[in-house]
Amino acid sequence: MIETDRLTRRYGGLIAVDALSMRVEPGQVLGLLGPNGAGKSTAMRMIAGFLVPTSGTATVCGHDVVREPLKAKRALGYLPEGAPNYGEMTVREFLQFVIRVRGFKADTGFRRFDEVVQRLQLEEVLEQCIETLSKGLRRRVGLAQAILHDPPVLMLDEPTDGLDPNQKHAVRQLIDVMARDRTILISTHLLEEVHALCNRVVIIARGRLLADATPAELERQSRYHGAVSFSAPGSGMSQEMLGRLPQVAAIEVDPLDGRVTVFPRRGERILEAVEGLLRAQGLEVSEIQLERGRLDEVFRQITTATEDAPASSQEAAA
Amino acid sequence: MSPVGAVIRRELRSYFVTPVAYVFLVIFLVLSGILTFYAGDFYERGQADLQPFFVMHPWLYLILVPAITMRMWAEEAKGGTLELLLTLPLTLWQAMLGKFLAAWLFIGIALLLTFPIWITVNYLGSPDNGVIMAGYLGSWLMAGTFVAIGACLSAVTQSQVVAFILTALVCVLLILAGQQQVLDFFHGTLPRQLIRVAMELSMLHHFEAIARGVLDLRDMLYFVLSMVGWLIAGVLVLDLKRMR
Repeated sequence: MIETDRLTRRYGGLIAVDALSMRVEPGQVLGLLGPNGAGKSTAMRMIAGFLVPTSGTATVCGHDVVREPLKAKRALGYLPEGAPNYGEMTVREFLQFVIRVRGFKADTGFRRFDEVVQRLQLEEVLEQCIETLSKGLRRRVGLAQAILHDPPVLMLDEPTDGLDPNQKHAVRQLIDVMARDRTILISTHLLEEVHALCNRVVIIARGRLLADATPAELERQSRYHGAVSFSAPGSGMSQEMLGRLPQVAAIEVDPLDGRVTVFPRRGERILEAVEGLLRAQGLEVSEIQLERGRLDEVFRQITTATEDAPASSQEAAA
Repeated sequence: MSPVGAVIRRELRSYFVTPVAYVFLVIFLVLSGILTFYAGDFYERGQADLQPFFVMHPWLYLILVPAITMRMWAEEAKGGTLELLLTLPLTLWQAMLGKFLAAWLFIGIALLLTFPIWITVNYLGSPDNGVIMAGYLGSWLMAGTFVAIGACLSAVTQSQVVAFILTALVCVLLILAGQQQVLDFFHGTLPRQLIRVAMELSMLHHFEAIARGVLDLRDMLYFVLSMVGWLIAGVLVLDLKRMR
C-alpha cells in the first residue's frame, strides 16, 4: 500500500508537488497521469525516498519514508525515470549487486535471480554490458532490478516511455501479471497505457491532484461519451434531420474524411434514434460506432482548466 | 553480504573494467620510481632508506587521487544512477563508506605494488624496515585523507572536471600550509598562533613525522579524524541535495 498525506515539495519558489494526498491499495494499478512537468516524477522520488518532502508524509506499507526509510525501501520496487543503470556492468553483475545490497542469503538470492532473469527473458544477455543493450532490453534490466525482491509495492516511472509497440506490449503484459496482489503505481503521459493497464487514474497538473477516478468514469466526463459517429456518403440532408432530434446536442463533420459525429444531450441515448433515422432515409452506412468517450479530451480539459485561473499567479512567482 | 561490502565490490570492479585503474597504476608506479631516483637523489644520498620515495607521495596523490575520486558521486548524479543507488535499502553512510573504502583499498593496492623499491633498498643496503613500514602506513593514511576529501567534493557537483579541480585545490592547500617556505612567507604578517594552526592542519607536517619513522598517535589521529570529518561533510552534502 502507498499512502501520501499532503505531500509537498518546493524547489525554491516553485511548487513541484502541492499537497498531494492519495492512497493506493493492494490489487490496484494506479496510473499517475499528467502533462510533462506536472510533478509525477517528483512525487515518486519522494515516495521512493530519493527526495525529502518539504512537508507532508508518504508511507509505503505503513512505513514512513522519512522516519523508516530502510523498511519503506525494502517493501518497494522502484524503476526511476529513464531506467538508469550502471552501463559498464554486465546484466549479471548488476543484478547480483542489487541482490547483495538487498542483503539476500546466497540460496534465496540465486533463486530470485533465476526467477527474474527467466521472467524478463534476460538469459541471452546476462554477460553483456548494459550500455551495449537496446533501449528495450535496458528497460527490462531496470524492471528486473525493481522486482528482484518480490516487493509488495511496485512503482514505475514511465515504464514504457521510448519503447517500440512490441516492447511496450511486453512490459504491459509483465505489469498485468504482477498486478494481481500487489500495489502498483505507474506514471505515464500515454493515455493508451491507462486503458491497457490501470484500474484507477489520478490526474495531476502543476503538482496538484485534479481527478481521481476509474478510466471509465473519466471517459463518461467526455463530450464524446455516448456520441455516435458514422461514415455515409451523401448524408447532408439527414444531418439536418438528425440535428432536429430532441436528444441531439450537436453534430460535427470531420472535414477530412467526412465522418459525422452526433453528440447527445447529457444523459441521453441516441444510438437507436440515429440508426433508425439513417435507415428510414435509406442511406448506405458503411460503418457506425458508439463512442465510449475520449480520455485525451478529458485529460486536456482537466489539465488545462486550472492553468488559467489560480495557477497564473504561481507562474509569475516562478 | 552487507550493503557496504556490496558497494565496495561494485566500485572496485568498476575501476578494473575500465582502463582507469591500469592507467592509474602504471602512472603511479612509473612516477614514484622516476621521482625517487631522479628528483629524490636516491643513489646520491648514499643512505639505505626510502625517505626520497615517501617525500614525493603527497605530490603524486595530489594529481592521482582526484582522478580516482572525481567520478565517485559526480558520475552517479549525472547518469541518474544516484537515484537507483539511493532508493535501494542502504543508508547514505553505507554508500559513502563503501565508495570511500573501495578507493582507499585501490590506492593501497597501488602502494603495495611499489614493493620492488623496497626490495631494491634492501638489496643495496640494510635499511630500518620498521621505518619503511611506518612510511607505508603514513602514506596510506594520507592517501585516505585525500580520498575522503575527493569523496566529499565529488558529491558537491555533477561535473567530474569540477570535482577534480576542487579536490586538487583543497589538497594543495593542505599540503602547502605545512611547507616551511610558505610558513616563513607569512611569518611576521600573520599572528603566530594562526601560523601554528595552519601548520597543524597541514598534511605534510603530520606525514613527514610518520615518514621519518615516528609513529606518533597524534599524527595518526590527525589523518583518521580528517577522513571522518570529510566523510561526514560528504554525507551532509548528499543529504542536503535531497532536501534542497
